[in-house]
Amino acid sequence: MTVAATPTATSVVSLEINGEAVELEVPSSRLLVHLIRDDLDLTGTHIGCDTGNCGACTVHVDGVPVKSCMMLAVQAQGTRITTVEGLAPDGELTPLQQAFSAAHALQCGYCTPGMLMSASALLEQNQSPSEEEIKVALQGNICRCTGYWNIVEAVQEAAKGGAA
Amino acid sequence: MLLREVEYARPSTIEEAVALLTEHDGARALAGGQTLVNVMKARAASPDVLVDLADLDELRTISFSADGGTLEIGAMVTCTALAASSEVEVARPVLAEVASTIADVQVRNRGTIGGNVCVSDPTNHFPPLLSALDASFTVRGAAGERVVPAGEFFVGVYMTAVGEGELLTKVSVPTRKPGTGDAMAGLTLGAHGTYVVSAAATVGPEGARVVIGCVSSTPVRATAMEERLAGGDYSQSAVKAAAEGLGATLEPPSDVHASADYRRALAEVSAVRAVLQAAERAKG
Ligand SMILES: Cc1cc2nc3c(=O)[nH]c(=O)nc-3n(C[C@H](O)[C@H](O)[C@H](O)COP(=O)(O)OP(=O)(O)OC[C@H]3O[C@@H](n4cnc5c(N)ncnc54)[C@H](O)[C@@H]3O)c2cc1C
Ligand code: FES
Ligand code: FES
Repeated sequence: MTVAATPTATSVVSLEINGEAVELEVPSSRLLVHLIRDDLDLTGTHIGCDTGNCGACTVHVDGVPVKSCMMLAVQAQGTRITTVEGLAPDGELTPLQQAFSAAHALQCGYCTPGMLMSASALLEQNQSPSEEEIKVALQGNICRCTGYWNIVEAVQEAAKGGAA
Repeated sequence: MLLREVEYARPSTIEEAVALLTEHDGARALAGGQTLVNVMKARAASPDVLVDLADLDELRTISFSADGGTLEIGAMVTCTALAASSEVEVARPVLAEVASTIADVQVRNRGTIGGNVCVSDPTNHFPPLLSALDASFTVRGAAGERVVPAGEFFVGVYMTAVGEGELLTKVSVPTRKPGTGDAMAGLTLGAHGTYVVSAAATVGPEGARVVIGCVSSTPVRATAMEERLAGGDYSQSAVKAAAEGLGATLEPPSDVHASADYRRALAEVSAVRAVLQAAERAKG
């Protein structure tokens, strides 16, 4: 069974995640975030609200940021996914991640994976975003600790350093 | 969260999609999922079969009718695609402007115009806007295709003219004629948040159309206000005078965000702002 025109309660999903091809059979009701966290053990992607509001579960699907708690795993059939683990595959932090650390853009860190995914998607499209553009790009990501200023500053710093 | 078990199909043609929706009891179309997945988490609805429209490329196009007078937007066009469309920018820029303020980047990347209107959530942006723009909706079923005007499309909260086994395929919006301007105004929760009250207006040579959102189960046309504006005087004092008494004609809900009386007041203020901005834009 692959994703087909006949309704099925389970589906074989094949996709590329952080550069690696995976194929697994999942219930059609499975959320993408659970495939990522529970089936593939990539626990950098967080679940905050589970209602599409907080952005902690943000990943890139075919290069654009989406909330992985608002998508079924089967909908991701054939896509290319990047999670926070895929930003620095060889372990060395990206300039954006370094800027988060330097600017104190995280406290508890729960929101950080989602923030990084939204911010990196922005920087890929727009290498010198204005403060307003950064705020718009991060609108779907809630942080209960930092008050946001340092996050915006970190993205600005990363942009100045030519990060993507 | 774990969803109740559900079957899933991804048809590759509209005919297949309609057949699946017709043949299976409890089947539902899945567009961007930005409402439906939440509805399923909350068990507010538990479809048995999801018919994913993702592969129906015909529903993702934005084009012009043969005579150029209508902008035809496929039901699966996302808010992000609307906001970036050069056709929309030329023909009806307010659609792009509003699309780019719905929710946030991630939701806009998935959420579609078709899903937005099929949900018919009274707080959604597109139902009042498309009503003001006099849009029409193409609905496809096993028996064929029909075109439903905005005034008949929105039936109630989460209810539209799209019946069981049917699919919304296209939203058709008249292209902006010279001397016409459109605008949307209102009060939102946070900068790009959900509307507490909204008003959409279009002003042109044929007069004004004003539609209020969030005050009833479906968008409400402010017909008395439209009639008072028929003389074409869009000065601030004339528009304010035209909106007077609009609130009293409405029966809005009271909730944690606003009392009914506050919504009545907001409806007048929002209608005035939308009409003034639309009139300004109509000048050029
Ligand atoms: C955090 C958050 C905030 C939001 N804030 C706003 C807001 O402020 N304003 C606003 O307007 N919206 C808002 N939304 C809703 C968002 O715009 C949704 O994307 C939209 O309402 C539904 O579109 P969808 O494509 O995701 O549809 P889905 O969720 O896939 O579908 C919704 C319903 O419509 C039906 N449907 C969808 N497409 C079709 C079709 N072509 N034919 C027949 N039936 C169809 C489905 O069966 C389902 O019942 C918000 C969503 C989230 C998650
Ligand atoms: S967990 Fe997905 S948006 Fe909050
Ligand atoms: S750092 Fe704690 S939620 Fe953002």
